[in-house]
Amino acid sequence: MNFDLSDEQKMLGEQARSLLADMSSFDRLRTLIDSGVEWDEPLWRALADMGFLGAAIPEEQGGLGLGALDLGVIMEALGAANAAVPFMSSIILGAEAIRLAGSEAQKAAWLPKLASGDALATFAYAEGPGPVFATGASLAGGRLSGSKSPVADAGIADIAVVLVAGGSFALVELDQPGVTRTKLDSFDQLRPHYRLDFADAVAEAMPGAGKLDRLIDHAAVLAAFEAVGASDACLRMARDYAMERQMFGRPLAGYQAIKHKLSDVAVATELARSNAYFGGWAAESSPDDLPAAAAAARLSGIKCFELAARENLQVHGGIGYTFEANCHFYYRRERMLSVHLGNRGFWADRLLNAQPGSQVKAA
Amino acid sequence: MDFNDSSEEAAFRSQARDWLAAHAPAHELTPGEKIPDTEEADRGRAWMRALYEGGWSGLTFPKALGGRGLSGAEAVIFAEEEGKYHLPKGPFTSIGTGMALPVIAKHGTDAQRARFIEATLKGDLTWCQLFSEPAAGSDLAALRTKAVRADDGSGDWIVNGQKVWSSWAHLTDWGILVVRTDPTLPKHKGLTFFVVDMKTPGIETRPIRQISGASEFNETFLTDVRIPDANRIGAEGEGWACCMTVLMGERLGSGAHRSGIGPLLDYAAATPDGHGGTMLDDRAVRQQLAEALADEQGERFFQARLRTMVSKGENPGALAGMVKLAYAGRYQKTNGLALELRGLAGIAPEAGDTATGDVQYDYIYSTVMRIAGGADEVLRNQIAERVLGMPGEVRMDKDVPFETLKG
Repeated sequence: MNFDLSDEQKMLGEQARSLLADMSSFDRLRTLIDSGVEWDEPLWRALADMGFLGAAIPEEQGGLGLGALDLGVIMEALGAANAAVPFMSSIILGAEAIRLAGSEAQKAAWLPKLASGDALATFAYAEGPGPVFATGASLAGGRLSGSKSPVADAGIADIAVVLVAGGSFALVELDQPGVTRTKLDSFDQLRPHYRLDFADAVAEAMPGAGKLDRLIDHAAVLAAFEAVGASDACLRMARDYAMERQMFGRPLAGYQAIKHKLSDVAVATELARSNAYFGGWAAESSPDDLPAAAAAARLSGIKCFELAARENLQVHGGIGYTFEANCHFYYRRERMLSVHLGNRGFWADRLLNAQPGSQVKAA
Repeated sequence: MDFNDSSEEAAFRSQARDWLAAHAPAHELTPGEKIPDTEEADRGRAWMRALYEGGWSGLTFPKALGGRGLSGAEAVIFAEEEGKYHLPKGPFTSIGTGMALPVIAKHGTDAQRARFIEATLKGDLTWCQLFSEPAAGSDLAALRTKAVRADDGSGDWIVNGQKVWSSWAHLTDWGILVVRTDPTLPKHKGLTFFVVDMKTPGIETRPIRQISGASEFNETFLTDVRIPDANRIGAEGEGWACCMTVLMGERLGSGAHRSGIGPLLDYAAATPDGHGGTMLDDRAVRQQLAEALADEQGERFFQARLRTMVSKGENPGALAGMVKLAYAGRYQKTNGLALELRGLAGIAPEAGDTATGDVQYDYIYSTVMRIAGGADEVLRNQIAERVLGMPGEVRMDKDVPFETLKG
């Protein structure tokens, strides 16, 4: 057993952190919000130049052909920086869906462009309030109808992989008369969401059937890496503030109420990191273990980031409620990440369903 | 990253498996069968003897001291394989190998090593731990049991005081003991470490009636107990350093108890929900058990990370306390949940409902898991201070002579 990232993976993470430290400061995030832009396009270009966008895209389609753990260390860095880029939408979901379910022609048409950053994809799965994986939209005779909402990053995406009736995927170009994009008021100010209405939009079927489970299990592992990075960032921010802030004649960090709170955040974060590592390893090397590993990683990722985002703001006190402090970026993103890809209840069922004899028996 | 055994590890596992298959079954206890403590302790000694003769004792102990000098990873593999059998192991075996031997090896003299190490590995000597006192638990260095030199010129020590929570003290041969030898020094500095023959006159052990109904812990009273200076481990005043050596072993060893969420899933599935299904169909139950299962898996994989650190020569330090902290709280919470989902029958089961008996026992026993081997609050302090680098606690008693403190 060697249950640690490789030296190459650690170096990849270091490169990602260093790039993000240079380009994605909190002041930069504030500027993006104030200017109302959809995303951090220069950062996306830089991620493309570093080869990060194509990290897990096969070499024959212009990527580096690396695995889930490599994507994981990149996601961890993006989570820590709260970066305003569509990596989950375009790479983890869009490109991976095409890789899993697309035809050879679809892969050849889109994966190289997604790897280079010349095109953006998103994955459209929800249809309004309720369970997020909905299949009311339908594809018939190369025409897509129905609605998807909310869809992350759909304002900047060139294509969407759409979950349709029967659980299969349709590939649709968004810049066409049959597609209407309506911007929604997104709780995460750095992750825009849209409503997509399809009125006989031109779309292609994707031939791979039954790929949704694999797609979202893989994405759940990477969402856990993102949550771990974000939790760690919250933990460090809270610790640093508490070390500096004097209260009643000594540092706030010296009080057990604060020490114990942050040690609980640290434990939750390390358990989630451990589950994310196993999930990444299972995705690469032990597919039979992936469903349970992904669900456990997802649940513990939600748990640690929820705790970290809330307690970070709490430790800051009143200053944490100001736009100038940085707690709010994570506080908002945490809720978005807790529900995208399905919420706790959804993944709790998947985890138990992966245990022998634990499927729900009643109707 | 590879979660599976390397080829060397796989070869070691297969050797361990083969040896255990040939030797372990004869030593197994019958699950559910209650045997007297004396018989359990004797069977523990016999298993230790078998391990010694088979070359499976002291796996991580240096070869020069009679161990096999293997890595922590190999010890874990052996423990995993050994854990598949229901063997007579407990504090009466683990305190010797996990606590007494490391401290004797590190702080003892050659004569002490020769006298105690092999005999302990063979199961000829079993050990108890005489550390905690009624007024010294998490604050162990507040202990008051004292030793003074005999006034007859023999160099012997005369010990008086009271120890508590000494597991199996009534059935073990020797004890590891920490006492105060200089009350004029600050609390951590005036302590000295001894090993003591439990048959020495003046030692009286009384079983403690525990909330579980069992009595595996004792109070141990020491009245004018004479200990030869040859049984002092380390120098006078080195007692605290010896304790740290011992407690490090305890921390790394904790958290390996039965606890799985698996049996609780079965328990929920065997409890009707009143709507034609089972409590495993209940959304609230599913969510709580799934989150606990995610934590359990996280603890397991976290331990795998720590093991990898150890195998690379890194010291996990206070990270090891994270697993124990997570485990103990989860153990209490999930067994509490299990009793609740059972309905009133969880409180008063019909005869033969052994599953409920197990859950009840675990719910009671979980309280001790949150206290022993580093209480939740102590572990949180350690994580905050040593992992997160936050300030230490305010200590009013650190630099003043122990004898001037209020007791």
